[in-house]
Amino acid sequence: MEKLILRYFNLLRTAIAITIGVILSIIIIYIVSREPTFSLKAFLLGPFQNTTTIGNIIETASPIIFCGIAIAMSFQAMQFNIGAEGAFFISAAVGTAFAVSTQMPSFLHIVTILLISAITGALWGYIPGFLKAKFMASEIVSTLMLNYVAYYSGLYLINYHFRDKKAGFMVSHRLAESAWLRQFIAGTRIHWGIILALAFALITYYLLYHTTLGYEIRTTGSNQNFARFGGINVFKVIIISQMLTGLIAGFGGMTEVMGIHRRFTWQLSPGYGWDGVIVALIGKNHPIYIVFASLFLSYLRVGGQQLKLLSDVPPELVLVIQAIIILLITAEAFLRNVKNRIAIRKAGYSKEAGIEHDS
Amino acid sequence: MEPLLQLRNITHVYPTGVIANNNVSLNIKRNTIHAIVGENGAGKTTLMKIIFGILTPQEGSIIFKGKFIKLHSPNDAINLGIGMVHQHLMLAPELTVAENIVLGVEPKKGKLFFDGDRAIKITREIAQEYGLSVPPEKKISALPMGIRQRVEILKALFRNAELLILDEPTSVLTPQETDMLFDTLHSLAKSGKTILFISHKLKEVKAIAENVTVMRDGRIIATKPAGELTENEIAYLMVGRNLNSRRIESRESIGDSLLSVRNVSYIDENGMEVLKNISFDVHGGEIVGLAGVEGNGQTELVKIITGLLTPTGGNIFVNSADVTHSSPRKRRERGIAHIPEDRMEDGVAANATLQENIIVDRYYKSGFSRFFQLLWKRITRHTNELIKSFSIRTQSPKSNISMLSGGNIQKVVVAREFSSNPDVIIAAQPTRGIDVGSAEYIHQLLIDLRDKNRAIFLVSADLDEILKLSSRILVIYNGEIVALFPDPSRITGKQLGPYMLGLKKQESLYQESLNGKAHS
Repeated sequence: MEKLILRYFNLLRTAIAITIGVILSIIIIYIVSREPTFSLKAFLLGPFQNTTTIGNIIETASPIIFCGIAIAMSFQAMQFNIGAEGAFFISAAVGTAFAVSTQMPSFLHIVTILLISAITGALWGYIPGFLKAKFMASEIVSTLMLNYVAYYSGLYLINYHFRDKKAGFMVSHRLAESAWLRQFIAGTRIHWGIILALAFALITYYLLYHTTLGYEIRTTGSNQNFARFGGINVFKVIIISQMLTGLIAGFGGMTEVMGIHRRFTWQLSPGYGWDGVIVALIGKNHPIYIVFASLFLSYLRVGGQQLKLLSDVPPELVLVIQAIIILLITAEAFLRNVKNRIAIRKAGYSKEAGIEHDS
Repeated sequence: MEPLLQLRNITHVYPTGVIANNNVSLNIKRNTIHAIVGENGAGKTTLMKIIFGILTPQEGSIIFKGKFIKLHSPNDAINLGIGMVHQHLMLAPELTVAENIVLGVEPKKGKLFFDGDRAIKITREIAQEYGLSVPPEKKISALPMGIRQRVEILKALFRNAELLILDEPTSVLTPQETDMLFDTLHSLAKSGKTILFISHKLKEVKAIAENVTVMRDGRIIATKPAGELTENEIAYLMVGRNLNSRRIESRESIGDSLLSVRNVSYIDENGMEVLKNISFDVHGGEIVGLAGVEGNGQTELVKIITGLLTPTGGNIFVNSADVTHSSPRKRRERGIAHIPEDRMEDGVAANATLQENIIVDRYYKSGFSRFFQLLWKRITRHTNELIKSFSIRTQSPKSNISMLSGGNIQKVVVAREFSSNPDVIIAAQPTRGIDVGSAEYIHQLLIDLRDKNRAIFLVSADLDEILKLSSRILVIYNGEIVALFPDPSRITGKQLGPYMLGLKKQESLYQESLNGKAHS
């Protein structure tokens, strides 16, 4: 039993954290809502209410998965690149610009647009990578600043050069149908982006754990001195890992434009890059776990929407509840003492066995 | 008379499951010097941390001056009169001696301001009282190790320590400084203090202690008056078998120069001249030992040879090829292997698995990967072979390195470095902090490699190790080679001391003797 607990400790801890988070949310809801049972139902079960809401979970998960995996590529190398948000935004803007100014047969159009976006993202990731590798410039600061650069440059590009003046909103021209990612489940907006996101999860999993580049990234992440000592080109790894972050986030950004809105509609940065940081932390930077973490986060987001739409709970508190749950999950030290105590007790048993052996 | 300190049935288990202390009971008599000896990992340091309040044992009790005590932090211990001098000194290097001594209990001017003059006066008084002279106004960073240690002792005495714990105090000292420390300890014991002294050097224990406690595997094996035990008997109790400390004879035939260091100098980013015009050769079939007090440029020299640091001037040749500007990987491919001085810092990734640690220098080679794909099955098989041939104690090749003991981690490093079939081995502190059994094993591996005509450059702070293994000995002081001894069998650690401290320098050190031609 104790062996099992130790083995699946992280999973167990996440489960307990979620339970505590849910209990706290129930308490908050009971305090603020006049019809708490109904509100609670809207929050927890609302996302599973019908095809549309289930579809919402999957649609929302797709860009989060992209950004989570993107962030994980840098985090695995211990590079705290938080620039997925900027790469996501600028690549979608550049990709949109390219898409509305070209005409091609559908398949070719889709492939070239995504390629252009991915390259834009990769180049975007090269900047903080190079600054870090060459000048030791903190990637936390540089990516945070670059997020602003990406945001305003992207807005400039769309609002001044590719804006659809007839639309009545600040949006880009509509993408030609040849550039659409098809939505394939009736009653939802689930599109090919989610399939591509899952494919990326598998590819990056393979990359990280079964290729030489992945080994270089992980080794640099677990001890950079050791990697250098062993002959790994740490300079190269720091740059490549951050280029991968930009590439994946940029690709994901464009799928969102091509699959959901079919035009560039963001006047505010959509925030998926930050969700990506959260799911990368929850999923311990493992692409497969990140998929599940993204689905869970997206479930919370949709539950929040339902709560906002249907109940009398103020939307601010919805965000508080979400934050509490995330906080509990990501708190590294949570329950660590329990783990230590079990480990010690186990050692105590084997100690007595050991003494018998000796004599 | 009642003992000053009694330990009863102390048991401490670390979260990793390691039982560091197993039912330990011990009495320390007043006004004596009591030595605790044992191999690394025997549980000495854990026991001291318990007495000093850093660790709380799961079981057992501590009785100090006849009273049961419970310690929650080092502050509790200090308030009761227990002081500790740590293995790695706990002083603020940028503060003066006086400031360090009064740190935490500073004299004040008014209620707010630090009274520097009083601090100096206090330091002078306490130094005089115990006959330990220190320069009160000098910065710690400007003082040699022996004096720093003295400051730490005074710091404990200033806090009215009656029981003074010293954790391997001689490991950072030269033989001369060690003698001075021992005089100090004797006079402290005479003036009414009780001293608990941890060591794994038997000569020292015999020289200073009245009582000796031997620990092994977390348990106490024996406590006896030092006079009743010979060095060999203590050694036997420590490891449970007889040890071989005999010097290994050098070989007659040495081969070509495999490693040449030529006029290497290094100036660090602060403009300090760390290495000055260093030249020497290491030939196939010999072990060249570099002796010196730590911090005299050894670390930088090793990093320059292995490619982790670029020298300001000079060249490095491996197998006659100039590698001065080659990457670490290029140098490894030329035949360099490197046992780093700090294995946790450079030698392993603690949170990676054993097999991931083994392949860091070879994962890209055929046999371990194809195109970009890692061949994990082969990697595991290869790791299992190394685990077997280097007798590494681990549950599996997929265990995390951090689950292994220090000695076994060092064996992982050694297994990787020696299995790459190197021509030149740079071994920096190859046996630091590991158990005697593993250390002896690593020594034997180094000698085997020497006998296979490989060139070995040994850097060690442990003079016994240098004297035991080396075919030639170089001494480094302040970034300069100050002495060369072509025949170590005729010298002792005492003779090396003055050179290590910079008191003496061989004037006739010319190039030929350095690159070994005069010897062969």
